[in-house]
Amino acid sequence: MEPVLISPASFKLFGFIPTVLFSVLIPIAGVGLFTYIIARRLAPIVKANPDFRFDRPRERVINVLKIWLGQYRHPRYMMAGVLHIIIFFGFLILSVRSSELVVQGISGGFTMPGLGGVIGDIYYFFKDYAATAVFFAVVIAAVRRGIFRPARYHYPESYGHDHTNEAIFVLALIGTLMISESLYEACLVAAEIQAGHEATFLAPLTLAWLFKIIFSNASSTTLQTLHIVSFYVHDLTFFFFLCFLPMGKHFHVITSLFNVYFMRLERGNVRPVRYGVTDEELDDLESFGVKKFSDFTWKDILDFYTCADCGRCSDQCPANTVKRPLSPRFISIKARDYTFSHFPLSGEFIAQEPLIGDIYTEDEIWSCTTCGACEQECPIGIEYINKIVDLRRGMVDEGNVPQTLQKPLSSLEKRGNPYGKMEKKRADWTKELEDCEVKILDKKTSAETLYFVDSVSSFDERMQEVARATSQILCSAGVDFGILGKAEKDSGNEVKRFGEEMLFQDLKNQNTDAILNSGVKKIVTADPHAYNALKNEYSGLPPVEHISQTITKSVKSGRLRLTGVTEEEQDKVFTYHDPCYLGRHNDIYEDPRDAIDAIEGIRRVDMLKSRDRSFCCGGGGLMLFYEPEEEERMGVVRVKMAQEAGANVIVTACPFCLVNMEDAIKVAGLEGKMEAIDLGELIAAHIEK
Amino acid sequence: MEILVCVKRVPDTSENEIEINSDGNDIERDDLVYSVNEWDNYAVEEAIQIVDKVGGSVTVVTVGDDESEEVLRREMAMGADNGLLLTDDAFEGSDGKGIATILKGAVEKGNYDLIFTGAQADEGAAQVGGMLAAMLDYPYASLVSLIEPGDGKLKVGREIEGGNQEMNEIELPCVLSIQTGINEPRYVGIRGIRKVASVEIPELGAGDLGVDAGAIGADAAKVKRVDYFVPDLGEGAEMLEGSTEEIIEKLIEYLKAKGGLK
Amino acid sequence: MADVYAYIKHADGVAEDSALELIVAAKKIAPDAPVTAVVTGTGADLDKVCNEMAATYNAVWKIDNAALAYPNAEVIRKALVNILPGDSVVLLPHDTFGMDLGPGLSIKMDSTFVADIVDIEGVDGGTLKVVRQEFSGMASAHVTCDISSGAVLNVRPGVNQPDESKTGGGAVEDKSGDAGDLSTKRTFLEVVEAEAGDVDITKSEVLVSVGRGIEDEDNVEMVFDLAKAMGADVSCSRPIVDAKWLEKSRQVGTSGQTVKPKVYLALGISGSFQHLGGIKGNAFIVAVNKNLKAPIFQVADVGVEADILEFIPELTEAIEGL
Repeated sequence: MEPVLISPASFKLFGFIPTVLFSVLIPIAGVGLFTYIIARRLAPIVKANPDFRFDRPRERVINVLKIWLGQYRHPRYMMAGVLHIIIFFGFLILSVRSSELVVQGISGGFTMPGLGGVIGDIYYFFKDYAATAVFFAVVIAAVRRGIFRPARYHYPESYGHDHTNEAIFVLALIGTLMISESLYEACLVAAEIQAGHEATFLAPLTLAWLFKIIFSNASSTTLQTLHIVSFYVHDLTFFFFLCFLPMGKHFHVITSLFNVYFMRLERGNVRPVRYGVTDEELDDLESFGVKKFSDFTWKDILDFYTCADCGRCSDQCPANTVKRPLSPRFISIKARDYTFSHFPLSGEFIAQEPLIGDIYTEDEIWSCTTCGACEQECPIGIEYINKIVDLRRGMVDEGNVPQTLQKPLSSLEKRGNPYGKMEKKRADWTKELEDCEVKILDKKTSAETLYFVDSVSSFDERMQEVARATSQILCSAGVDFGILGKAEKDSGNEVKRFGEEMLFQDLKNQNTDAILNSGVKKIVTADPHAYNALKNEYSGLPPVEHISQTITKSVKSGRLRLTGVTEEEQDKVFTYHDPCYLGRHNDIYEDPRDAIDAIEGIRRVDMLKSRDRSFCCGGGGLMLFYEPEEEERMGVVRVKMAQEAGANVIVTACPFCLVNMEDAIKVAGLEGKMEAIDLGELIAAHIEK
Repeated sequence: MEILVCVKRVPDTSENEIEINSDGNDIERDDLVYSVNEWDNYAVEEAIQIVDKVGGSVTVVTVGDDESEEVLRREMAMGADNGLLLTDDAFEGSDGKGIATILKGAVEKGNYDLIFTGAQADEGAAQVGGMLAAMLDYPYASLVSLIEPGDGKLKVGREIEGGNQEMNEIELPCVLSIQTGINEPRYVGIRGIRKVASVEIPELGAGDLGVDAGAIGADAAKVKRVDYFVPDLGEGAEMLEGSTEEIIEKLIEYLKAKGGLK
Repeated sequence: MADVYAYIKHADGVAEDSALELIVAAKKIAPDAPVTAVVTGTGADLDKVCNEMAATYNAVWKIDNAALAYPNAEVIRKALVNILPGDSVVLLPHDTFGMDLGPGLSIKMDSTFVADIVDIEGVDGGTLKVVRQEFSGMASAHVTCDISSGAVLNVRPGVNQPDESKTGGGAVEDKSGDAGDLSTKRTFLEVVEAEAGDVDITKSEVLVSVGRGIEDEDNVEMVFDLAKAMGADVSCSRPIVDAKWLEKSRQVGTSGQTVKPKVYLALGISGSFQHLGGIKGNAFIVAVNKNLKAPIFQVADVGVEADILEFIPELTEAIEGL
């Protein structure tokens, strides 16, 4: 059967120019240009430092299926998430159709292999709905972005130009693709109906169906013209869009698949100073960390390309919330713009200046508490902690360390704790402990379990209470345990995260020796920072457990028996604040809650931001020694969240959270209305005697 | 500009609880940690910044034993170009004048335009810089909190009472004692020190320096520490005891009586 | 016993407090020997100070020279070396001027130097025994020095009660002609005044002063709350200014402001002498510190051993409740 309209493959413009010429030239030009752009974009990636991301393909494929294809993280922001899911799947479905159209321009009547039979019918049925859904999603997105302007997309002046125009332009391109594709097909169907042919079925209420009705009475010349015009509008838009993608935030359409495949598989750790260089060889390295752009790894650059500037990271970032000079999204965007300008599409690559002082500021990089909220939120697996730590490593290597941090670092080097306290006083907190013997492990004294106390609980008078409560729990649960005393050094979790790698290595080696010498079979700690370091940054140690896990297990097994709520507690509402290094970095969300709930009659609520969306208290370890400019303390924001949740007792499971919460309660003027208590203290007070 | 910075290894008062030993002839040295004297650290940073600006080199020098080498390495890790360890049994027990005499020997072995000391060190005497300058017949300024290099001279600001700054013009070569706060010293980590671990640090003794043995050491010292002691605690201070409420009650009574409350 | 000389610091025709303190120190060294005040400067102001000193000291040596208009230690050193006998015992205040002058002067006079003397125990033969402090005031030491061939002794300001008795009865002797060549390689240019802050703590009657023990910039606010409750002004020690938590104009101490309050509440201040040197008059000092060994407790009238971060809010609340 002859087609009722001349296809672009056979059409002659003005009766003598075969449009097939365009059908051939547009794809050749488009693909050629695209290849060139991608090659230029790949240049910095090829030159970059190594990053080992080729292991564990099974887990990586699962990530791709879940996070990329499954769009798993998108509905965390419901409106934007759903719109994105529609556009994403619409794109996937329509990519087949669009490719088919390109070929139809050369060979009319072409159908994609496999789309000839029933599968094809089903496909064509759904792709019209896909196009329609995408079209409407795009309209809603444009209205939302252009008129309602969610605060998340706001661009502070210091960070460069706003991306709204780019976003709307791209939405318009997508809309154009949808309309032209539908119109191209609708004209053909309308003509078929006019000719009395058996018309292709168009799914009802789709764009194509609508256009078919609108143009059902149009002249055949009009239909023919629209058919050809919409085809080439589609063809041009399609290839323009392809080449436009690598120019900005829509590069993620191409790179996100790869970025998710290569995203980090482990949490709670920081990448090595240089991949392929062992800890012992670190001394031989000329330079540490990221100082210039060329010090980034290829995955870092892939991250920069992939950032869609959606602002979710910054929306969750506690530093950004309290108006510290850090917004994670701009760590990526500024570096992406830097890549674009220093590795231009044509001409020489531009020489690089140190990044600090150019696109980043010192305060910006020191503002991060490494809470991990940004990485948890990013729908396409962009990383921040590794980059922040590497930038800090670079600053530390140059001696560029804030004065307030130099003293604690020097004390850590000399005394193994940031407070400059004498080693021999590390176990002094045990003196005030009654009815519970804490062994100090050495060659003569051994125990099955090591309680790793860490610096803050050893030396801070208030936090020593946490150490004593922890000991009481261990005693009551019948655990044979001891501490390292003066042989224990700071775990170094923050030392590593503040970029002082060699000092961390030193602390790690000293602790590892002391722990292995003690001959213990298990380690328990009440400090999530120590827990994280021992579990994720040390190697060759016995298994490590957080005290909340010990409590839950002991309660279940009956070794630890807890009393119910006291009269005083009956009127109280408890809420549990997830410490970053227990929750997000180590996935321990339930044990502390189970431990609290084991107290009979306790009333507990969750804050709106809890579990993997927990809001950092302000940071632990060395963060206590550094405070950037901020409008409000993170702890104060957090305490107010607890208040909103209707709670009046904040239970933490981290000494640093407790420090920050107790301070914040005072600053917020909520003394008497709100209190903070450590999980260990709460449990110790309920041990059945 | 060739700059010599005199540094000293001292017990770090912020990281130690200074206690006096049972004989009263020294502080308890077990468990002490040492570092470079805080003022000296500012001096070295200032020297490095000046050399970065106008060229030249920075040499750090100390009088001490093998252990003092660690502070030289730390300052070299900061960016000082050379280290110089003045060590000799004959130096032991020198008083401030003796130390200045030894340093004078080191200055004369080199060709320095500018000599820095910290404004003071652990003994709190603030004396070696001024003595050294007088011995060398160089002009001197103490408690320097600002330096602007010029041609053959410097503009220096001295920190004086009232938070004011006394501006002076001083000819080179000269000796300056550097006050804290003049800059923000850079951080030196383990890595930095390891990098300079194998750099040779020349050691010079009394003979090398041409110092008269009679002018240095314990025998020549005219100022001698006899003993350490703990002064009576709170001679005038009446320590308020009791519960916090009781303490506050008593304190408020005092404040009222003395006109401390309005 | 060699002659004893005290160098008199003065400005605008008024002698500083140290002038009347050094005579006390001198008498501790040589109770019966005459003590000569050495006053340098120029013009009427100089004469005024010389006459004033004649009442206190047994003799006054006046050195009038235009080059001495501003107390440039380098110039003064030259003058003193030319005028004083070689074996003199010279007393100086251990302040920013004394630190500038003392060490070099001792070398040029080939005599012994002792810095920052907090107490003088006496002379035995040619040996003087004094008390000094080391390790930021955390340890005291007895120090002996041979003064037989002269000495330059820097005495800490404020440790000796000023002698107001005016029983010197000395005469002013003009030694200007012996000063000799006063050209030096260090030229005084100007004094740059500290930036004036929003509060003049030198005029405050009650000061709530905060030190390193406050730990964190955010905690400074609680000090202002307490000061408000007390009707006091807030001052601080040097580390707080170094950390830029408060402006320089609030700093008490030898490198900051000199204050004369009725009541001085020192919170988390260890009490280095540089800080204490900024507290003059007869202030009633209350010290709150968690370190019982802090030197501040030695000078305070009332002490509280407590963590200021806990103590301040409670004290504020109690005062607000009055």
